[in-house]
Amino acid sequence: MMKQILAALVSGFILGLGLMVSQMTNPNKVLNFLDVTGQWDPSLLLVLGGAVVTTTLLYRKVFTLATPVLGSQFYLPETTVIDRALIFGALFFGVGWGIIGYCPGPALASLGVRFYDPLIVIVAMIFGMMGYRFLSRKTTVK
Amino acid sequence: MENFTPYSALFGGILIGLGASLFMLLNGRIAGISGLLKGLLSYSTTAVDKSWRAAFIIGLVLSGLVYQAFVPTQGAAIENTSPIILIIGGLLVGFGTAMGSGCTSGHGVCGLSRFSLRSLVATVIFLSSGIATVYVLRHLI
Repeated sequence: MMKQILAALVSGFILGLGLMVSQMTNPNKVLNFLDVTGQWDPSLLLVLGGAVVTTTLLYRKVFTLATPVLGSQFYLPETTVIDRALIFGALFFGVGWGIIGYCPGPALASLGVRFYDPLIVIVAMIFGMMGYRFLSRKTTVK
Repeated sequence: MENFTPYSALFGGILIGLGASLFMLLNGRIAGISGLLKGLLSYSTTAVDKSWRAAFIIGLVLSGLVYQAFVPTQGAAIENTSPIILIIGGLLVGFGTAMGSGCTSGHGVCGLSRFSLRSLVATVIFLSSGIATVYVLRHLI
């Protein structure tokens, strides 16, 4: 239990360092990456590429184990349907990302860098998540 | 492409991959930040579950603090720092990631690395809507 908590802390710390080093935490850089018709900055393509290649290779090794080192099973998403929630959710997320240049991880990692902007974003983000939960309970539309 | 920073981008990307892989190796969990946060806010999550979710998020916040202490950079805020804009964007990011079950880390990094079709679809869509949004805000308005 304590080990799992420590493992989560260290994993989050390393992932966060990656966000800092790659400047994913700089919203201007993110917006310049999304600005393909303007002064396009392709750096983030390398961030995503580097992360995906590393994770793909290491996941392969990890999944040869029967269980994770500190747990009884791997928890992987079981849904495979491409439903409306996935499509519209991703669409809304992208619009928000394009407006502010922050996605959830970088917003949290930036708290210690420039406090106020990320804080506003994180609080709004939490309200957005709760808003969705509220709506999805009221309507059972999938 | 004057701001292109290929080496730090690649190195940072590899670190992101290491963190995500370590989390799977040790805890058997997907390192999706929006999912971790959503679980933390959920009533149905147990206290045990909440504690490691919180620990991961604390690790993220600490990484920024520590990195900033050694490499004081990235002072620049975004161009339109108006709190209203930040709130609108933040609400959309939260609502969208909750609805679409993931963000850049969960779908973009972990999902693609598991060859998940759902994550591929989500990543293509949020990159496209992000690009379209920046196009509208920077070049049309």
